[in-house]
Amino acid sequence: MTKKIKNLNLNFGPQHPAAHGVLRLILELDGEVVEKADPHIGLLHRGTEKLIENKTYMQAVPYFDRLDYVAPMNQEHAFALAVEKILKIDVPIRAQYIRVIFCEIGRILSHILNVTTQALDVGALTPSLWGFEERETLMTFYERASGSRLHANYFRAGGVHQDLPKGLEEDIAKFCETFPKIINDLESLLTDNRIFKQRNVDIGVVTKEDALDYSFSGVMIRGSGVPWDLRKSQPYDCYESLDFKIPVGKNGDCYDRYLCRIEEMKESVSIIKQCLAKMEKGPIKSLDGKISPPPKAEIKQSMEALIHHFKLFTEGYRVPKDEIYTAVEAPKGEFGVYLISDGSSKPYKCKIRAPGFSHLQSMDYLIKGHMLADVPAVLGSLDIVFGEVDR
Amino acid sequence: MKSLEDLEKKINSELTTKIDKTEIKHNQIYIETDKEDIIDVAIFLKTNQDTKFRQLIDITVVDYPEQNQRFEVVYLFLSHEFNQRLIVKYSIAENEVIPSLTSIFPSANWMEREVFDMYGVSFKDHPDLRRILTDYGFEGHPLRKDFPLTGHSEVRYSEDQKKVISEPVKLEQNYRNFDYESPWEGTKYIKEEIENNDKKN
Repeated sequence: MTKKIKNLNLNFGPQHPAAHGVLRLILELDGEVVEKADPHIGLLHRGTEKLIENKTYMQAVPYFDRLDYVAPMNQEHAFALAVEKILKIDVPIRAQYIRVIFCEIGRILSHILNVTTQALDVGALTPSLWGFEERETLMTFYERASGSRLHANYFRAGGVHQDLPKGLEEDIAKFCETFPKIINDLESLLTDNRIFKQRNVDIGVVTKEDALDYSFSGVMIRGSGVPWDLRKSQPYDCYESLDFKIPVGKNGDCYDRYLCRIEEMKESVSIIKQCLAKMEKGPIKSLDGKISPPPKAEIKQSMEALIHHFKLFTEGYRVPKDEIYTAVEAPKGEFGVYLISDGSSKPYKCKIRAPGFSHLQSMDYLIKGHMLADVPAVLGSLDIVFGEVDR
Repeated sequence: MKSLEDLEKKINSELTTKIDKTEIKHNQIYIETDKEDIIDVAIFLKTNQDTKFRQLIDITVVDYPEQNQRFEVVYLFLSHEFNQRLIVKYSIAENEVIPSLTSIFPSANWMEREVFDMYGVSFKDHPDLRRILTDYGFEGHPLRKDFPLTGHSEVRYSEDQKKVISEPVKLEQNYRNFDYESPWEGTKYIKEEIENNDKKN
């Protein structure tokens, strides 16, 4: 007698700790083997692009913090660069260093979160406790520079909002001395850990070809052995003058991606150190009064400054008609802004290209034939944050 | 191709009539083509040894409601080999169905779903054209310029019906869109009034 066997449909999420946010994953299971995965996204959709179309260029910046909220300033960077290129303004060298320092801090923030929560997903609790202590330190740096731990709203077209407060540079330098030890501690817990390797080696393998076809970027493409990093290949701000290496994986599995992230954190520390050493005193934003607001003291003295201030915070600056695509190497991959301006003070269109969107799309291809228990491991390794996937 | 100028020449000479216009700006190439030719252009860009645009970065649409051909479809490509970026565009009217690139670039799948969701542009031969970002049962296409910022409906939990219900948006105060453009000349409606008076006189 033959029995008909029906595949089991399993609903994973939207409220599941290993879903890394609000992901609803419909899994078709044959026993414990995943046959098909259909991610339902958009549960965190806030209409960021629509909102940006209705705000001035300066008011649009905070929306970028809320995309990938693990590394807010990296997103702001892409938008600032896009506007700067259209306006054709130069960024003072000190501002470039400050921006790079905070982008690298963002990269460390994001990678610590990813590495430790991935470990948590496959059963290790301690790394997250150790890692989150460091994230807390880094977020106080964010707070001291911008006033808030997460939603910084710090980068501007033409520089940054204000200079670093006294003592912050020294404290970041101190952190750079102590942090490599923490990375080593994390590595001693995970890199050679038998359970961690059993759960990650040869899981979620991506070939070079598929990484290209599925529009992967960042660690997802480097883990598969494609040496591609926008900081090197299409350098922006002062990355050209800095000396750093791009770690590349070999097998394209979850374990290689983990190793890439660990190495990238070490490189980030070295980049921050170089920036701190090279940084000199100077202006931190464009001196063009039509784009950067004047200092408070000047408003009380100068009529022109007062008018500039009033115009900037009511109408905002106008951006000539143009269109541009600018991308930065965010911690998760290529984060791009396709900006169309129409000569008014509001963007006509601002399409946000989030790396996580194309990564999550490949979930079905990545997970086919794996066991149910591998789903969190692969999801963790994709490094998705729903703020940017859903926008 | 090493330089963007060479690439521009190459594309123009190989694709000839399929290309309407090319332009280099901001270190990127902008190409205009037609709906019928996009598949050929994409295959050429992906497979030709001198272009190798292996990655489709994004697909999007720009809405110009005042134009006859309302939507402009935009494709962003990246060539790792030559470190170049390329933007392909074409215009379509409101209810036109456009070809899908999913067979050439698997990553086009969700990008096209997003375009369909946000702008209501349909794709021919798309394997799975569903809404992607908006809620289950959502109506309208939010990124069209004629879709209001506040939306049409809002959801809330109804204590009476013991379930989440959807109602038309009720705002205590309308969305305020101040016209800051030129406060010295007066706002738009005043300007129009002055112009009308001038015409009458």
